[in-house]
Amino acid sequence: MRYETVIGMEVHVELQTASKMFCGCAADHFQVEANTHICPVCTAQPGALPVINGRAMELTAMTGLALHCQIRPHNVFARKNYLYPDLPKGYQVSQYELPLCEDGWVEITSEDGPKKIGVERVHLEEDTGKLQHTGRASLIDYNRAGVPLMEIVTDASIRSADEAFDYLNKIRQVVRYLGASSGDMEKGAMRCEANISIRPEGSDEFGTKVEVKNLNSFRAVRNAIAYEVERQQQVIEEGGQVRQVTMGWDEQMGVTREQRSKETSEDYRYFPEPDLLDVHLEVEWINRVGRELPELPADKAARFSEIYGLNQKDIAVLIEDAAVAAYFEEAAQHSGADPKSVANWVTGEIFRRLNDEDVLIADAKVSPAALVELLALVKDGAINQNAAREVFTELWEKGGSPAAIVETKGLKQISDTSELDEAVAKVIEANPDAAEKIKDGNLKTVQFLMGQVMKETRGKANPQLVQELIKKQLRV
Amino acid sequence: MAVTVEEVRGVAALARLSFSPADEERLTGELNRILQYMDRLNELDTEGVEPTSHVLPLANAFRPDEVDPSPAVADILAAAPQRQESYFKVPRIID
Ligand SMILES: [Zn+2]
Repeated sequence: MRYETVIGMEVHVELQTASKMFCGCAADHFQVEANTHICPVCTAQPGALPVINGRAMELTAMTGLALHCQIRPHNVFARKNYLYPDLPKGYQVSQYELPLCEDGWVEITSEDGPKKIGVERVHLEEDTGKLQHTGRASLIDYNRAGVPLMEIVTDASIRSADEAFDYLNKIRQVVRYLGASSGDMEKGAMRCEANISIRPEGSDEFGTKVEVKNLNSFRAVRNAIAYEVERQQQVIEEGGQVRQVTMGWDEQMGVTREQRSKETSEDYRYFPEPDLLDVHLEVEWINRVGRELPELPADKAARFSEIYGLNQKDIAVLIEDAAVAAYFEEAAQHSGADPKSVANWVTGEIFRRLNDEDVLIADAKVSPAALVELLALVKDGAINQNAAREVFTELWEKGGSPAAIVETKGLKQISDTSELDEAVAKVIEANPDAAEKIKDGNLKTVQFLMGQVMKETRGKANPQLVQELIKKQLRV
Repeated sequence: MAVTVEEVRGVAALARLSFSPADEERLTGELNRILQYMDRLNELDTEGVEPTSHVLPLANAFRPDEVDPSPAVADILAAAPQRQESYFKVPRIID
């Protein structure tokens, strides 16, 4: 039998605020000495009162708007009661019945083209502390406790591991564009859970869903879903039934494992947090947040296609990072710039360097203006492609002006016919066999002689001219 | 509305508390007296009144996103029953 996969995703995103959700402690907790960012509020000292971080509300609302959600003016923080030392209060403050954002969608790419994934809600809560288990004790660091955490929940319209992967990528792109989060999964700034079930193709009923946690990388999302789908099919094909359980993804072994069920049922006894005042967002507040939205990835992609006539593959690479897109645009809008060759260089040489050296485009020494100047030198025939790469290397490492580099390094292309004629004659004389082959009609060998001429001229010869001269001298 | 001993036991378990049977009985009685008071409040006609979780006529008390380090960091750690270096230490939670 053929099966259809049904997936819903829950993504937790840590907001990039300076301070925590309900207190003035620094929100930064990655590689920070344990329990240095704590205070009476986030360690639940009696009498300490929380106050909502306005920026966290704005960033969450911005994310909601970017995901085409409705903003709920009256949204409510509630206590989710559970006793576990990752939060010292005995509850987590979260949004339950009335979240800040609801009913949105994200467009992803599926096998059958663009597809909308419904976003049921985007709400705000507080992150928990970090636990470490050693010997007979557990050690707790509350630096992360109370850090603003946004949860984005989809409906069950994701149909494959690839779609889940693309969805996650789109979410990360959006939160990065908004400056809402680093979206860095390796550092735990984005964490993911998937509800997975399968059903016979064509069926309208949902199968029993299994919740898979611990999806801490893009690879884990794809692999865990693929594995879990396979496992469920096997269970059904062997005449069994999928049980509703919570699984954890074991990255090392590449398997999902059932997590020990809690002894008591999950009864969180939610109720409105009485320590916080009501939230009734005014239209002005919502409009102001809306005006703060930058151009979003999907809109940028459409514009790049229309204005610069780039192909979808280049666009996808360029818009991945808003700073790279801005760099491209600054270069492409320079007078005399050819957007397509700018795109080639940015997605090619510059991207390779950024990735290899793990640097940000903001720190690149090659300015957009210098790149355009370099491309103009190639276009005007002042230098050839070889020299252009050499100039680029110099620009990348030290910065400076392309024209000056060409001058000091003596990279100017030789387009002087008499000078090249001499070099060509010399090469033909030194390679009589090759010359014979060409005369016999083996034109591929022209490339060999061209290479020799390039060597002779230290890479500076105008390749088109060299080709012409070889053919002319050999009369082919 | 009234709670049973079983419900009291369940709530106690969620809060990691355990009571002797005598205390369970006593607490059930006390909780039920509180619920009876709620029943009395429920007699009020609240038709057309918006539910609220507190009585202050204030909303949207937002804080600017500024770091304001607590002067009490050392005191909070010092108050921990057990610690190791700068970690709070508790009996091992998972095996
Ligand atoms: Zn704090």
